[in-house]
Amino acid sequence: MRRIRKWGPGLLLISPSLVLLAVFVYGFLGWNIRVSLTTWQGINPSYDSAGMKNYSDLMDDSIWWRDVQHVLIFTLVFVGGALLLGFFLALLMEKGIRGENLFRSIFLFPMAVSFIATGIIWSWLLDNGEGSNLAGINKLFSAVGLNFLENDWHKADSSWAISAVALPAGWALSGYIMALFLAGMRGVPDELREAARVDGAGEFRVFWHVVRPMLWPTVMAAVVMLMHISLKTFDLLYALDYNSPKLETPALYMYRDITDGYYYASGATIATVLVFGIAVIIVPYIWYTMRSERRS
Amino acid sequence: MKRRGFLAAAAVPALAPLLAACSGDSKNQLEIFSWWTGPGEEEGLAKLIKMFKEKYKGVDFKNSAVAGGGGDKAKGKLAARLASHNPPDSFQAHVGAEMFDYVDNKVLDDLTSFIKDNKFNDVLHPATVKNMTQKGKMYAIPVDVHRANLLWFNPSVLEKANVEPPKTWEDLISQNAKFKKAKLITLATGAQWTLLQLLETVLLGQLKADSYRKLFNGGKDWTESDVVAALNVYADVLKISDMKHHASDWQPQLDKVDKGTAAYAVVGDWAYAYLATAKKRKYKEDYDVVVTPGSDGMFDFLADAFTLPSGAPHPDNCKKWLKVVASKEGQIQFSLVKGSLPARKDVDASEFKDYQAWNSKQWTDPKTEVVPSLAHGAAAGPAWSTKITDALGEFTTGGKAKDFAAKVQSAYEKSQK
Repeated sequence: MRRIRKWGPGLLLISPSLVLLAVFVYGFLGWNIRVSLTTWQGINPSYDSAGMKNYSDLMDDSIWWRDVQHVLIFTLVFVGGALLLGFFLALLMEKGIRGENLFRSIFLFPMAVSFIATGIIWSWLLDNGEGSNLAGINKLFSAVGLNFLENDWHKADSSWAISAVALPAGWALSGYIMALFLAGMRGVPDELREAARVDGAGEFRVFWHVVRPMLWPTVMAAVVMLMHISLKTFDLLYALDYNSPKLETPALYMYRDITDGYYYASGATIATVLVFGIAVIIVPYIWYTMRSERRS
Repeated sequence: MKRRGFLAAAAVPALAPLLAACSGDSKNQLEIFSWWTGPGEEEGLAKLIKMFKEKYKGVDFKNSAVAGGGGDKAKGKLAARLASHNPPDSFQAHVGAEMFDYVDNKVLDDLTSFIKDNKFNDVLHPATVKNMTQKGKMYAIPVDVHRANLLWFNPSVLEKANVEPPKTWEDLISQNAKFKKAKLITLATGAQWTLLQLLETVLLGQLKADSYRKLFNGGKDWTESDVVAALNVYADVLKISDMKHHASDWQPQLDKVDKGTAAYAVVGDWAYAYLATAKKRKYKEDYDVVVTPGSDGMFDFLADAFTLPSGAPHPDNCKKWLKVVASKEGQIQFSLVKGSLPARKDVDASEFKDYQAWNSKQWTDPKTEVVPSLAHGAAAGPAWSTKITDALGEFTTGGKAKDFAAKVQSAYEKSQK
């Protein structure tokens, strides 16, 4: 009885969210896995077992592998780009620029714009029309005499075309990464820097030997945040070039499969594989943070 | 007490939609589900609704139109409602393969006796009747007909380049040199689905109506050499198109023709409502249209129809709606604003002007070969056409015609099981 009194109220308080999580996250996750093992194609549900056939079909599907390649390329370019840009912006801000608040807001604002709006605006900016159809960024390049920078962007022939999408995605999120890094840099106590300076270290060495090691948790958090955003990016690609085979990722493939062809079972298969794919990234991070929290 | 009253007042608007959803069974209602929210189509639907309200007073009309993505959002929502046995009183469907998929899934009620009692099957165009009939039973009332095999062009651009509209796809390809010299695009394209529509018009032009039909009813194998040859022509057509700089949708695709930076664009007749109504352009002066190369005397059609879903809450009101939809006046009014044609065969071309009159004459001509559209759900059901889109994505990004044909054929065989 006394024991219940100890953890009872706590459990009672978190129980609403536990119940909601159990039903809407784990319940549906389980149901999704169940659907992925059926033959359900068509409007009416059918739960005839297909075993692992949907999974083996997916592994033989060239479209799936093309889309996986797309999402990996996008993740690589987007995470790397946003991280570098965000870090660079934070480094500049950290020096105590005049009007810092204003700049911080300006850099953060793009994140407040929904990805659909971002996608539509950038589809105009990344237009690759030629001659009298010249538009967007290419037109700007041509106006200032930088014609060699004109580009086909996400409509390029290369299988790396999707990396152009890192531009709008990075534009939207690098301000946020900047804020993360800025907080991390500001979290380094001034005494440590002072001590290093007294010992005769220049600004670069102060940064490299004092600030940098203390930024690792920020980098980890930023990478995980960006990666999970990148893996589930849907609206941006959807708005940028609707159903383009060059920009299709597994998430979009799943959506098209289900809404156009009513391939519920194979759509659920893609969703399940995606969930486990993302878990591979997220779970080690959670494990890492839990361990470091316990240590401190 | 005061505070509680405030909370209750705050909760009312939050709960109101729930309550409304519960009381959806009000006796005299009619819920119509569609994806008509764009310019032209929304006005067309509004005309039909107005006619219905004037004729059947006292029916509470509920317009459940879902916007977004050319109907894919609406179809997803509709599928969920049908699967949970909560259908609207009537929903929009394309006749042909897409509608037969609904029939196969047993979500539509048989309308045969209703149609025969009202003699609608006598006035509707035989091609639409054929595409709404499965195993002798009829399942829908078509409200309009669209044509997909149309080549829109800018007369002044052709005049300057001194060329005539092409009679064959090879003609079009050979015209490319002249347009290229003038720094013009020969053929404008739009989003991915416009490439599918382009594919069907090339297949139609190269293989002609009979073989084209057989491609979709299993009578002809996609891997046969003449099909592959036609697919290679398609690949050549893509090369002289602006596919690499394609527009984001069909309106900006047409804008290039309208502005005179591109010579041609293959767009369905929804182009007419856009050019004539929204842009106020003049037929034969600012824009002109011919059938796509090689498809003289052929009408590549799609038709929007309304249905009676199984378990619809108000089937009697649905039938009243279907009567308005089938009426001559309703079809004329609807098509005048949407740019389509009536699905009936007894509407005189004099009801229309310009492009629509030209098109109407061909539609009602009994000699015209009517074939179903692939890109718009008439030729291939959802399962197969999704796989065709998959394969086309690979084909248009550097794939081989032979591989495309093999994939489409094997997807067809799978969808038949």
